[in-house]
Amino acid sequence: MNVTLDGETVVKLQPVFGYLHRNHEKIAEGNSWLAAVPYTDRLDYICPLTNNWAYTLAVETLAGLEVPERAEYIRIITAELTRLQNHVAFMGFILADMGAWGSALMYAFREREKILDLFEALTGARMMCNYMRFGGCRCDLPSGWLESAGQLVEGFPAFLDEMEALLTGNEILLARLQGVAPLTPERAINGGLSGPILRAAGVDYDIRKVDNYGLYSRFKFRVPRGRVGDCYDRFMIRVLEARESVEILKQALVGIPDGPVVNPKAKQRGFRPPAGEAYGRIEGPKGELGFYLISDGSDRPYRFRVRPPSLINLTLLEELCLGTKIADVMVILGSIDIVLGEVDR
Amino acid sequence: MVDEALKADLQKRGIFVASFEDLYNWGRKSSLWPLQFGLACCAIEMIATAAARFDLARFGAEVFRPSPRQADLMIIAGTVTKKMAPLVVRLYNQMPEPKYVIAMGACAISGGPFKEGYNVLKGIDRYIPVDVAIPGCPPRPEALLEGLVKLQEKIQAQRLFGPNRARHTDTCEAGDYPVPTYGAHDLEPPLNPQVFQPAPARKDLE
Repeated sequence: MNVTLDGETVVKLQPVFGYLHRNHEKIAEGNSWLAAVPYTDRLDYICPLTNNWAYTLAVETLAGLEVPERAEYIRIITAELTRLQNHVAFMGFILADMGAWGSALMYAFREREKILDLFEALTGARMMCNYMRFGGCRCDLPSGWLESAGQLVEGFPAFLDEMEALLTGNEILLARLQGVAPLTPERAINGGLSGPILRAAGVDYDIRKVDNYGLYSRFKFRVPRGRVGDCYDRFMIRVLEARESVEILKQALVGIPDGPVVNPKAKQRGFRPPAGEAYGRIEGPKGELGFYLISDGSDRPYRFRVRPPSLINLTLLEELCLGTKIADVMVILGSIDIVLGEVDR
Repeated sequence: MVDEALKADLQKRGIFVASFEDLYNWGRKSSLWPLQFGLACCAIEMIATAAARFDLARFGAEVFRPSPRQADLMIIAGTVTKKMAPLVVRLYNQMPEPKYVIAMGACAISGGPFKEGYNVLKGIDRYIPVDVAIPGCPPRPEALLEGLVKLQEKIQAQRLFGPNRARHTDTCEAGDYPVPTYGAHDLEPPLNPQVFQPAPARKDLE
C-alpha cells in the first residue's frame, strides 16, 4: 500500500498488489478439469473447501451433473465448518491488527485446530483438502466423524460466548472499532461488495438465500445485518454469522441421509464437459466466490476465470480509509478480511 | 577437549563443563528469533505452529520480530513470486550475522505446484543460501518444528575457529547477496551462481 499522509490523517491510499500473483488461471487453463481442484484450495487458503465447492458447482452447471443428496449435505457441513474457522481466524487476526498480538489469536487458533482436525480426518489434509469432485465428494465420511463434528458444534457456542465476553464489550475494542470507516448500503452495492462486509452495511443479500444452491433452501437460518456499516458492525457480523452457521450445522448433522457421495455417471479423469460456458457462485466466508468457465469440449478449460471476493472487496479500501488516522488503516484492512492468495491469484 | 567420563562424573556433582563453542552455540540455537513475515499459505501454518497447540516457544523460537535487524532466522513461508523475490533478498541482506534461512514448503524450495507459472520463482535458493528445506504443501506444524530442530543441530555443530569454521565468523566472507532487478523477460540475473549450486542430476536413475 502506498499511503500519503497529512500529519496522521490519510489523504491518499493506493493498494499495490501482485506480490502473490501465482498464475492460477493460466495454470488451470493448461491442465485438465480435474487438476484445477487442488489449485482452488490455494486461492483462499484459509477456507479451501468452499473454493472446491464453487469450482465444482461451476463445472456441474456446465455439464448438467446431478449431485447426490448425501454429498450435498457433506458439502454444506464442510462449507459451514469452513465458515466457522474463517470467522474465528478473522477474530484473531483483527485483534492482532489492533495490536493485541498473541492472546486473541491463541484462543482463535485453539478453536480452529479442532475444526482442522475434522478436515484432516475427512480429507487427509489440514489445509489443502482437495475434497470435492464433479458430482459429489471424493470419499464418504469416516466412522465416528459425525459424532465428533456434533461434539464440536455443541461446544462452539460456548467458545463464541467466551470470545464475546472477552471482546465485544471491551472498551478498547469499542474505541478502536466503533464509528471507524462507516459504509452506506448504496456505496457498498455500487462498489460491488459482497459477503459479510456488504451485510454489515445493512444490505440483505446472501447467496445462500438468493440462489438456494445446494440444499440451503431446506435449512432454517437468519441472515444477520449491520446498521452502521462501521468496523464494529463488520466485526460483529462475523460473530453472528458464526452462530447461524452453528444452527445450520446442527440441522445438517441430524438430517444427513445415507446414500452415495458421488454421482456414478460423473467421470473424473478425462472429464470433457460439452462446449459452452457457465458461472457458478457460492456464498464463501468472504463473499461471493464465483468461477466463470468456458469449455470448448476438450479436456481442459478454454477459459478459467475466478471472481474473488477479496479483490473486489478490497477496491473500496481507499474510500474507507480517506480521512481516518494512519493507525486505523490496519484495522480497516483487517475488517475487510482479505486473503492475498485470492486477491492476486 | 574434556574427557567424557570426567565430564559425566563432574555433572553428578553439579559441575558442568563445556567448551566455549558448545556453550555459545547452545545459547544461539536456543533463542532463534524468526523474522515475522509470511508470503502465502505456509504462513498460516507458521502461525498455527506459533499458536497454543504446537507452541514454537518450547524451542525458544517464538519471538517473531517484525524488523530484519532484530531477527536471525528467516522462514520463507510460501510462494516467492518474481515481484517478491527482490524484497526477500533485500530483507535477508538487512539481517545481521549469524543468520539462517528455512525454506518452508514446496513453493519456497522449487516453485512447487506453481512451478509452471510465469511469475513464480523456482526456488529461493537461487538467490540466498538455504539451511533447511521443509517439503510439504503446506508442511504440517510438526514438520516445521522438525525443521527447526534440524537447524538447531546444525547450529550446534558449527565451529567458530579452525579451518571449517562457520561462514559468519569469516569477516572476508560476504554476508549479503546482490538483489535481482526486473529485466525485460525475467529477473536479472535469473540466479546467483555463487549461491545456487544444485547437485548434478543422478545418472544411475536413468
